Amino acid sequence: MIAIINTGCANINSVRFAFERLGQTPTVITSPEQLAGFERAILPGVGHASVAMKRLVDNGWQQAINEYQRPLMGICLGMQLLCESTEEGNVQCLGKIPGQVKALDVGNLTSPHMGWNNLSVNKEHALTKGLTLDEQVYFVHSFAHTVNDATLVSGEYGQTFSAIVAKDNYAGMQFHPERSAKVGARLLQNFVDWQL
Amino acid sequence: MLSKRIIPCLDVKDGQVVKGVKFKGHEVVGDILTMAKAYSEAGADELVFYEISASVEKRLLDVNWVESIARNIDIPFCVAGGIKSVADAARVLERGADKISINSPAIARPELIKELHDEFGKQCVVVGIDSFFDETTGEYLVYQLTGDPNASSRTRYKTQEWVKRVQDLGAGEIVLNCMNQDGVRNGYDNEQLSKIRELCNIPLIASGGAGSMQDFVDVFKQSKVDGALAASVFHKNVINIGELKQFLTDNQVAARLCK
Repeated sequence: MIAIINTGCANINSVRFAFERLGQTPTVITSPEQLAGFERAILPGVGHASVAMKRLVDNGWQQAINEYQRPLMGICLGMQLLCESTEEGNVQCLGKIPGQVKALDVGNLTSPHMGWNNLSVNKEHALTKGLTLDEQVYFVHSFAHTVNDATLVSGEYGQTFSAIVAKDNYAGMQFHPERSAKVGARLLQNFVDWQL
Repeated sequence: MLSKRIIPCLDVKDGQVVKGVKFKGHEVVGDILTMAKAYSEAGADELVFYEISASVEKRLLDVNWVESIARNIDIPFCVAGGIKSVADAARVLERGADKISINSPAIARPELIKELHDEFGKQCVVVGIDSFFDETTGEYLVYQLTGDPNASSRTRYKTQEWVKRVQDLGAGEIVLNCMNQDGVRNGYDNEQLSKIRELCNIPLIASGGAGSMQDFVDVFKQSKVDGALAASVFHKNVINIGELKQFLTDNQVAARLCK
């Protein structure tokens, strides 16, 4: 069973519907005590990092996520919250994924980085199974994790940044797999199939 | 490389997709969900739904179809129609829309853009602008309530100043609908779009005038827009999205090819 963590500041329905299209029946959870009862969990996120991080801390999610030992994946802002810190509002994050989240240096390009873009695989992992170079996924963000050892897949927009990260049982996708057509569906299936 | 986005636009009225010419004389072209699924499977990069009668009738769009779209398609979509408050936007986004687009309500109360930006983030907030080229004065003018020819009227804004204003207020994307070109398939208004592009550092989407695959190549190359929106050429099968993506690629425009 998959839990979708609802902290009250994300549109969790599109993630829920995407898992339902894969034949899963995810449960939306609103209380940290529920988390331990699930085989895997998703931390979605849209909005501002400082607001979202404050809700995680104030409502007891930080501890529940720290203690969780099964696959847990953040999507978009959810991924950024799993990292050590973010420049968005200069906040300390959950620290489960090594590395910092910084403002994307887009140069002359339009910001936010919005639309379909390519991926390059840096490291083989259960989460990247079947991913090929010519496929694209849907991004909407203006902050990103700086490439390091936790980076499985990177993207490029003005600069290179992490598109998929993983460390132990924690992972994150910067783009929106739930809105990335067949490629996204396959990546979500990889998460469903991921065995530690 | 970031792909240029191809965005079919579905005008919704009484639960069905309709299409008019120069914003007048709407005819029914199909069922919302059937068309949305067909476009996403064909390789559309994003969909936009405008419930055209909502603003004119001073009500929020019907949110029931929004959820059915969110359940059934796996590409991003934007919804517009009578969204005039943070509470209205929340109802639409909760049902699974990725973005909301506002037009006439932003003209009536520009602070709405900032309120939506602060609550949901820039990425959610699209501002639609209906711009009319006045041949006698040579000016681009913003119109409102264009969903109904009887309610449609000129506003106090010139297009360039409104574009700057909405960016300052926190818009995340602008859809510029060039009214003189709407539904007539004579090509996008590259003269106007190029001028607006220079003022616009957020994603800019061209709307109005697509008639051929070459029109898409031209708008991406000449006007440097991030996406191109079209309705009738897709609804009437004049252009196949898969073929269009290949044509763009062959003409050195970055596009997402679908297998």
